[in-house]
Amino acid sequence: MNSENITKNILFVTSLIILLISIGMVITLVSGSIPIFKEFGFQFIYSTEWDPTAGRENYGALPVIVGTLITSFLALIICLPLAFSTSLFIAEYYKGSIISKIIGTLIDLLAGIPSIVYGLWGFYVLRPFIVQLGLSEQGYGIFTSSLVLAIMIIPYATSLSTEIISLVPNHLKEAAYSLGATRLEVIFNVTVPAARSGIIASYILAFGRAIGETMAVTMLIGNRNAIPHSIFDIGNTMASVIANQFGEAEGLKLSALIAIGLLLFLITAIINYLGKLVIKQFS
Amino acid sequence: MTARPIKNSIFKGAVIVFSLIAITPILLIIYELVRKGYKQINISFFTEVAPSTWDAMMANNNGELIPGGILNGITGTLLMVFVASIIAIPIGLITGIYLYENAGKRYANVIRSISDILQGSPSIVIGIIGYFWVVKYITNGFSALAGSVALAIMMLPLIIRSTEETLKMIPQTIKEAGLALGVPYHKIIMRVLIPTSFSGLVTGILLALSRVIGETAPLLITALGSPMVNFNLDKPASAVPLLIWEFYNDPNMVNLIWSSSLFLVVFILTMNLISKKIAPKKN
Repeated sequence: MNSENITKNILFVTSLIILLISIGMVITLVSGSIPIFKEFGFQFIYSTEWDPTAGRENYGALPVIVGTLITSFLALIICLPLAFSTSLFIAEYYKGSIISKIIGTLIDLLAGIPSIVYGLWGFYVLRPFIVQLGLSEQGYGIFTSSLVLAIMIIPYATSLSTEIISLVPNHLKEAAYSLGATRLEVIFNVTVPAARSGIIASYILAFGRAIGETMAVTMLIGNRNAIPHSIFDIGNTMASVIANQFGEAEGLKLSALIAIGLLLFLITAIINYLGKLVIKQFS
Repeated sequence: MTARPIKNSIFKGAVIVFSLIAITPILLIIYELVRKGYKQINISFFTEVAPSTWDAMMANNNGELIPGGILNGITGTLLMVFVASIIAIPIGLITGIYLYENAGKRYANVIRSISDILQGSPSIVIGIIGYFWVVKYITNGFSALAGSVALAIMMLPLIIRSTEETLKMIPQTIKEAGLALGVPYHKIIMRVLIPTSFSGLVTGILLALSRVIGETAPLLITALGSPMVNFNLDKPASAVPLLIWEFYNDPNMVNLIWSSSLFLVVFILTMNLISKKIAPKKN
């Protein structure tokens, strides 16, 4: 075999590693979840019980699934106006200016802060503030977590949409201006439609981030496995229940947590795939 | 007629206000970390291991600074990140080169999608994988190796994608010049592709490192944490984010939370800024 083929084979064989890792991940998660599905069947997904007491063990994932979806949606809703405005600020209103560079850098820095530091900040700064506002007694809960999550996903929601908005060709905008359109009209009739796919995709990807976020949520959500009654109620998310209970779990409970991990993995994979699909569809 | 310019100005005002709101959290977080954290940062912070809760309590009662530091966390982080890099950097670079060389092929697209899905999968799920693959079957207990494997799995997709994106920026002509001279394939990679894209590759690696250094959730269920400096891959090890989590759960250690977080954040943000500085400029 000549050196040309050796090199090609090394490249190919190495590329198999990531394939094997992901197949291995799915096998591990699926085989780990088998006991819980054997015991409860698909009731596991829509049951609201969570009782680890030996003898009458009962596990249902619905509360954490609902908790995850509510916190992430709320985070996305809070994040949207902030991220959208920032994108417009950087890529439209003050494109290329120093102030835009500064704001862009600060937003990028948000992505570098570790989850646990967000958790600390939420716990020691935001939580007392929520209590002061009288929104909830202890300050824990869905709302507090969503607020922190919203901050955490701003950079993900902003970066791609900023890039796409700044790529909208000038002559499209100028055509609208020449017809007497105001800037606002240009933004909503020209820029946003032209950049739609990128903007939507970046929000989908940011949503995916919010769903898998662990530490900050674990520290703020209150950790109770029941369906929350309001956004100021405490709850649990899929990631936070794993982080909280994995350490001492065994048997059925361990299997339940792995099954939740599997669901989490699937949900984020689907959302990421959707995001990529949206980008491809429109571009 | 006058409504349009008014709407236009109101919208611009809203964009500016929301953008300013979006950059407030990062300023508040850094302010909080510096204000509460700088006092504890001294020589012993870097040279001593974390104190026992008793020592911390005594110091608090006497109104002194908490003795000890985060040496076990720093060494643990360095050890695990180093081992993770040894695993992830070569595989990531080679896979990235493979994707670049085989762009458009069906198999390469599959690998790219898998890498994207892996990149989006929640860190806690990767922690579960580290637990089952290493803690359960290789080291028979929580270990630094398990933490390293989890971090490596997180780094891998980041390095793969950044390598591919960087290589795409190299002008085809440079590579073709080498091919025209009859240079063997592996020499083109080593002497042409890697040197010309070197700064971009380093940027990708640094960004991958700065992403995993702050990770807490996967380490919580793989490396667990250790009160001592440990360089043994078989044994549990601490990490800076794990120490922050421990301090957070121990009311006596509250003051150490802020200095450790300040250190971690400054470290990560510096790495981010360096990597942006050396990043090749897109045109």
